[in-house]
This record gives sequence, C-alpha cells and structure tokens, in this order.
Amino acid sequence: MTKAADATPATTFDVERVREEFPILREQVHGRRLVYLDNANTTQKPTAVLEAIDRYYRRDNANIHRATHLLSERATRAYEGARAELQRFINAASTHEIVLTRGCTDAINLVANSWGRANLRPGDDVLVTWMEHHSNIVPWQLICEQTGATLRAVPITDGGELDLEAFDRMLTDRTRMVAIVHISNALGTVNPIESLVAKARAAGAVTLVDGAQAVPHVPVDVRAIGCDFYAFSSHKMYGPTGSGVLYGREALLDAMPPYQGGGDMIASVTFEKTEYNVLPYKFEAGTPNIAGVVGFGAAAQWLAGFDRQAVQAHEESLLEYAEERLAEVAGVRRLGMAARRSGVLSFVLDGVHPHDVGTILDTEGIAVRTGQHCAQPVMDRYGVPATVRASIGIYNTREDIDAFVQGLQKVREVFG
Amino acid sequence: MSDLRELYQEVILDHNRRPRNFGALPAPTRTTKGHNPLCGDRLTLYLVLDGDRIADVSFEGSGCAISKASASLMTEAVKGKTVAEAEALFERFHDLVTAPPDAPVDRTGLGKLAVFAGVREYPTRVKCASLAWHTMKSAVEKSDEVVSTE
Repeated sequence: MTKAADATPATTFDVERVREEFPILREQVHGRRLVYLDNANTTQKPTAVLEAIDRYYRRDNANIHRATHLLSERATRAYEGARAELQRFINAASTHEIVLTRGCTDAINLVANSWGRANLRPGDDVLVTWMEHHSNIVPWQLICEQTGATLRAVPITDGGELDLEAFDRMLTDRTRMVAIVHISNALGTVNPIESLVAKARAAGAVTLVDGAQAVPHVPVDVRAIGCDFYAFSSHKMYGPTGSGVLYGREALLDAMPPYQGGGDMIASVTFEKTEYNVLPYKFEAGTPNIAGVVGFGAAAQWLAGFDRQAVQAHEESLLEYAEERLAEVAGVRRLGMAARRSGVLSFVLDGVHPHDVGTILDTEGIAVRTGQHCAQPVMDRYGVPATVRASIGIYNTREDIDAFVQGLQKVREVFG
Repeated sequence: MSDLRELYQEVILDHNRRPRNFGALPAPTRTTKGHNPLCGDRLTLYLVLDGDRIADVSFEGSGCAISKASASLMTEAVKGKTVAEAEALFERFHDLVTAPPDAPVDRTGLGKLAVFAGVREYPTRVKCASLAWHTMKSAVEKSDEVVSTE
C-alpha cells in the first residue's frame, strides 16, 4: 500500500526492500534460510495484503450488498473497491466486466458452462493447445461431451512453442471458441497472444485467455490483447487463495445465462420466474469470499505500485542467470526453450526422478515443484513422467539461484 | 546430509539403480497397475498365484528412487510367501513408514525392508514407499483394477 501511495512509482527496483515486505521469507525451513522457487504454484503474500485482510476482519466484516448497517456498507465498499482496482489492473472498460470468482479454474468453468452450453453445437470446434493447464482442458472436455462439440488441441514444437502453422490450419469456420494460455505454467512459454486472438476473432471465434501465470510477471491490458475473456487467480499474484477474476466483454456476459443460482445474482424471485441481477452480480451467486477479494484488490494495488517494467527486467535477468548456472549441473535436460519465456525453469536430471530432487532440495530449504504441473499432455509430449520446476517471483535473488544450483549439486552427490 | 542418507540408504540407491524382479512375467495369473498421480509414478505388478502362495512376482514402471526401490524390495520379500504372510508384512511395513518420527522403530520380521524407516521423516514420500505394496495387496485380493494412492 505504501508503494501505491507514493506520488511517483519508484523507477529502480530494490529487491531487498521488497523482501522485507514478505514476513514468510524470514522463516527457516529445516533449519535453513527459505529459498522459495515455487511461485508458479502459488506466491507468498506481502504485508500490504496480509494487513488488508486482517483490517477487513477486524473492522469491516459484514455481508455485502444486503444490509442497511454501517459495517455492511463498509464491507461492500471494500469489496467493490477491490473490483475497481482489478478493473484498472487489467485495463478493462468497466467494473461490469469484472466477475469475481473462486479462482482462475472457476472462471474458466463459468465460461465453459454458461457460454458453452448456450453456444456449442455438434459440429463446432473448441480449440485449445497442448501446453494448457488441466484447468483449461477439462472444463472444455466436459462441455464438449455434453454439447456434442469437438475439442481440438494445437500441437507444440520440440522447443516448446505453439505450432503456429498448425494453429492457422486448425482454426476454421467451425471453430467457436479458442481457449489459450498466455504464459505456460509448465514451460514458461510466452504465447504471441495478441496475434493469436486477432486471428481467432477474424475467424469468427470467441477467445478466452488463461492468464494465471501472466498477471504476476507482465502488465496485462485486456483491451490491447483484444480477447473476449481473460481469467486469472489472486494467489499467483501475491494475493490470497480462493479468489479470481473472469474478465468478459460486457456484450458477451450480458447474453450469457447465469452459471450458478443463489443469493445476490437475482433481481426478484417468485416460484414462477426469477429475474436475474445486472452484471457482474448475475454471475456471483451466494456470499463471496469477501476477505479474499479485499486481499486480492490489495495485491493488485501493491503490484501496480511498482514500475512493472523494472520488475519484469529483474525477473528476466534472474531467469537468465538461473539458466546459465543450471548449465553447470551435469545431466540437465531442459524443457521449454521458446524464444520468449517467463518465470519458469522446467527440467529433468539424468538418472534422478524429479520427486527425489524435490525432497533433497527441500532438506536444503529450497522449495520447488516436482511432478506434472497439472499439464500431463506437456509431459507426454516430451516423454517424461514429471519435471522439476523452479519458478521465479518478485522477491527472488541471485543468492536464491546460487542455493538452488548448490542444492542440485547435492542431489548429484547423493545419487552419484 | 546425514538426514538425507537416512532416507536414501545405500540399499535403496542400489535397488533404484538395479531393480530386482524387473520386467514382465511370461504367464502371470494377476496383472495390476498402480498409480501415484502426485508424482506420476506408475507401476505394473505381475503375479503368479499358486493356490494361496505367491509363486512368482515382478514389476515394471517408472518412478522415484523410493517407489522403485520399494517395489524391488517388496517383490523380493513376498516371493514364495502366502497371501496372508505378504499382507501381514505389508501391515508391518506400513506401520514402519507411517510411525511418528520419535517413536521407537520396530524392525521385527522386516529384514531388509527396515531401510525404509527414514521415510517416516518425509510424510510426502510415504505414498511413494507404499505404492507397490498397495498394488500387491490389490493384486492378491481382486485382480486387475488400477490402484491409485489418491
């Protein structure tokens, strides 16, 4: 919050100052300094976010939109203030276009169910890619089964880039929906999202972008991207778990039927007929995760308070440094060598299963993710059962990378 | 490092590098698959049951050192045993890897399997150590369903 309150954002990036804002980074893990390199899984939370949640519960807690007392008014203001913050964060045209969800997965499921059920027919195609997270595959699979539409996946190259020729070929007049990841969680590939969206729209398809891994790393402008839907989670951008955003163009959201029924999403209810509420409330049934949304807004405000270009430069130089240092470790095979990458180092170590790498790194205080990263098609594509994934956040340092590489040398010692 | 050696004992590293009873059997009476979705470990267990005796057993698959070594040592331990004996051994093994870290270790009747005592310090690895055993139990009890640790 302090950063956002500054008249001008700092133009230089001071990682040590940022680290001080994250209490958890002072934790010891197995008696060691915590080296947190599992940011693509979830990020840690700065005090600005922790305090916003704490303050909400201590001072403002009440249900929103439905009581006349002062606390309810304050809670409503905090909740709607967060929505406005999130609207600015992605440069949406209106707060009506910001639907607050339980997370990115929930947002994609909302579109698949509401838009998909109303619009998909037998003979229609839904186009995804081989580098999608399961949460941008399975909802479409489910709705295709129910509607008779066909799910098609655009292949990826050996280097981990989207096969653009295949994309052009597979995009036809049957394609109703193109659902694409902005930045891949398993490979770090940054997709040329503006041009993919433009092609899809030119072909008459509706577009959804899974931005879960993009929002913490790159400034996102949904109107510049030109997509119809953009989904992301709070917890991967330094906010709390259990909250996310579905951005949708107002005209599309307006035409879509409700996803879930309940309180707050209605204008009037009789047993004969229910009138639905206006946007975005039509899609927000039941008491939402108010504190989570308040924390989410605080996270967006906190992140927006930085010079995002400077943050990006810091993260990119760390990734580059990590790639250099990783080359020193014997028997490393990297996955994902796209020309444009962000945040993620995915690799396997010859003769050592990723799970064993993860356990040994953990004893050194180093947190990474090992496994399939909810992207089994990617693992199958490269013929590996799992990978080790180190992922970078705003607070990581060269010291973290050095510890990580040293940890990998220890793995080599144990396994010979 | 000493903690790590506790988990990655030489016997475990050896069975990981050179798993015993590895590869399909020519004429198994039971073939059962096991899967640990957390780390992607998959194994197929082949078993020849002769009455209530495990006449032969082998496995195939990919997995971490703990799961591979556990499968290898499990096949050595149960080969020639009756179903009841194998299941009793699984219970003792299960107690070993899930015991609280400060509890005394009961190695009775475990033989080489006692090298897995270090696993109890690593709760996330218990599933790796027990996947092959769960698969064996399912194989002797009810044939060819896929066993999942989830």
